[in-house]
Amino acid sequence: MGMQWEGKSFTDNLPKIYGIYTGGFLAFFALMAFFETLGLSAKWIGILFVLFTITIYAFIGVLSRTMAVEAYYVAGRSVPPVFNGMATAADWMSGASFVAMAGGIFMSGHPYMAFIVGWTGGYILVATLMAPYLRKFGCYTVPDFIGTRYGGKLTRFCAIVVLVVASFTYVTAQITATGTIAARAFQIPFEIGVWFGLFGILVCSMLGGMRAVTWTQVAQYIVLIIAYLIPIFWMSIVQGFGFLPHFSYGSAVQRIMELEPIIGVGTAAVDTVAGLKVVTALHATPPEGAMAAWKFVTLVACMMIGTASLPHILMRYFTTPSVRDARNSVAWSLFFIFLLYFSAPALATFSKLQLIDPTLPTSIIGATIDHVMALEWIQKWSEIGLLAIRDSNADGILQINEFFLNPDIIVLATPEIAGLPYVISGLVAAGGMAAAMSTADGLLLAMANALSHDLYYKIIDPKAEVKKRLLTARILLLIIGAGGALVASLKLTGILGAVAWAFCFAMSGLFFPLVLGVWWKRANRPGALAGMVVGLGVGWWYLLAVRNPEAWYGLAQPWLGLDDLRFGIVGTLASLIAMVVVTLITKEPSEEIQRMVDEVRIPSGDTIIPSKA
Amino acid sequence: MIAHLSVWFVFAYVVHWFAVPLNNINFFGWPLGYYFSAQGSLIVFVVQLFLFNRQQHAIDVKFGVEERE
Repeated sequence: MGMQWEGKSFTDNLPKIYGIYTGGFLAFFALMAFFETLGLSAKWIGILFVLFTITIYAFIGVLSRTMAVEAYYVAGRSVPPVFNGMATAADWMSGASFVAMAGGIFMSGHPYMAFIVGWTGGYILVATLMAPYLRKFGCYTVPDFIGTRYGGKLTRFCAIVVLVVASFTYVTAQITATGTIAARAFQIPFEIGVWFGLFGILVCSMLGGMRAVTWTQVAQYIVLIIAYLIPIFWMSIVQGFGFLPHFSYGSAVQRIMELEPIIGVGTAAVDTVAGLKVVTALHATPPEGAMAAWKFVTLVACMMIGTASLPHILMRYFTTPSVRDARNSVAWSLFFIFLLYFSAPALATFSKLQLIDPTLPTSIIGATIDHVMALEWIQKWSEIGLLAIRDSNADGILQINEFFLNPDIIVLATPEIAGLPYVISGLVAAGGMAAAMSTADGLLLAMANALSHDLYYKIIDPKAEVKKRLLTARILLLIIGAGGALVASLKLTGILGAVAWAFCFAMSGLFFPLVLGVWWKRANRPGALAGMVVGLGVGWWYLLAVRNPEAWYGLAQPWLGLDDLRFGIVGTLASLIAMVVVTLITKEPSEEIQRMVDEVRIPSGDTIIPSKA
Repeated sequence: MIAHLSVWFVFAYVVHWFAVPLNNINFFGWPLGYYFSAQGSLIVFVVQLFLFNRQQHAIDVKFGVEERE
């Protein structure tokens, strides 16, 4: 393979390469739309979309195979900031963001917006406190930083444990998401869909490591953002809110607020359907009282601090050519993430309005049950048990509290509800697949790299040759992936719950050891150890205690409303206290370490860990 | 940096604490409290980060520690 993957001629060509790629994808979309008018069935459109995009990712993955250490672990440190921003955005936005977020806002209204604020604001912390300094350090992985800054194999090992716990929780959720979409697109059982999804994920990352993942993630970002935005623009035009939905959907929000008291949002359901809920929360009105506000800000805090501690995100900033580029690429990441997140509430708003506004032809609330039951999308989603209609008061009219649904279907079903052509549904499925695959890739790589570089090379066998190290990394990738798919096929938790837990685990164990490692010269090895162990331990205990109130964990009810989505607050505080106290009672780190910390804060000069060719 | 983190703190936490009273204010069609969580805070974060990078780079240049090609 004679292709050049680094250097100026390659980076100069990137906009052209991805421009052609985007054009090709849009051409494929147009072709599918054309085939649909010729009578191609919905099933085949879905299959072709998913298959076509996965083939492209696999193609990029195979092209960028490598046997060089720098290329495998940090993409040769040559990724330009804008592209790294896109790759990070795809890495970051998981199946949960793509599939579940708008649905969550649809169901739960304002309290759910905490996710949006938290998942964007966290990048301010990444840019100000972390990314540039870790890049200056010149490490390959997050445990690499902890291990070198504090010294000692045990510290490195603890960091690996935290990383694996957080990332593994997260990756099962992503494999679940790929499995769900593959199962629906190919009409195969979920348990097989999971393995199929895993295969796609591994092709992208196995051969080329970080380099392959970077370039497929850029491609996946392009697919997912197109897939998210097109339905929003379309619905906005159809519902009469113009061509710029983001600036005009305020009146749609107001319309919902006018309709809510009329149709009686907030009345509890009479019937119950397992796994499904009716909308009872108001769309834009936050619940009253200090407790609600406290819950909102604590969730924001958890998501922000979690963002700044997730190893698969932090390691993306090790791939930039310089410290300044690392900083800039955080800003670009946030920009690309922002494009999707500030669209999610618009999607939720339009989606809800089209169901409840009696002046729109798509509305179902207030329509007769017979009319509603005859709708194709209602039948299709009811069949697979994600939606249900119950005429509780037997008046033959559908009320808001008689319409049961699973929030995760909002994004996937919205194109059908709005009566858009099937080609849009196919596009959305491909987008969801891209979102879940890109995150799963990043996570698997973070774990496999930490285990191969930090555990195998730095702790077990420091003399291992390059070839052996990279082979270990690939075998580990396979094993962890298979483990994740196995756990995912057991269907233990929902997608969103698992994601929130992963954030809380990461922040409990890693946030303060990382931040204080950069900003507090006095921080030393025993302190960092205590911070990680106590943080993860207390966080874990609190999670178990909140989840099993009647068991022996000794906690009657959550403290201050900090439930299982917010346990990171408790873990992080415990970590901070443990780290500061232990650091202060043990002796300060050596001169050499203190000089190293000074050096990290200066952008110019060599990296702390010398780079090898 | 402290200034930036203060701005961040206000838009991340303070405005959302007061979402209920803010919602009575109409902002181009949006209830203001809702607007902040849906768009306002996010826009502030993005702009702020690009600004922060410029300032940080200026500081690096001033003290002669910027990176050279």
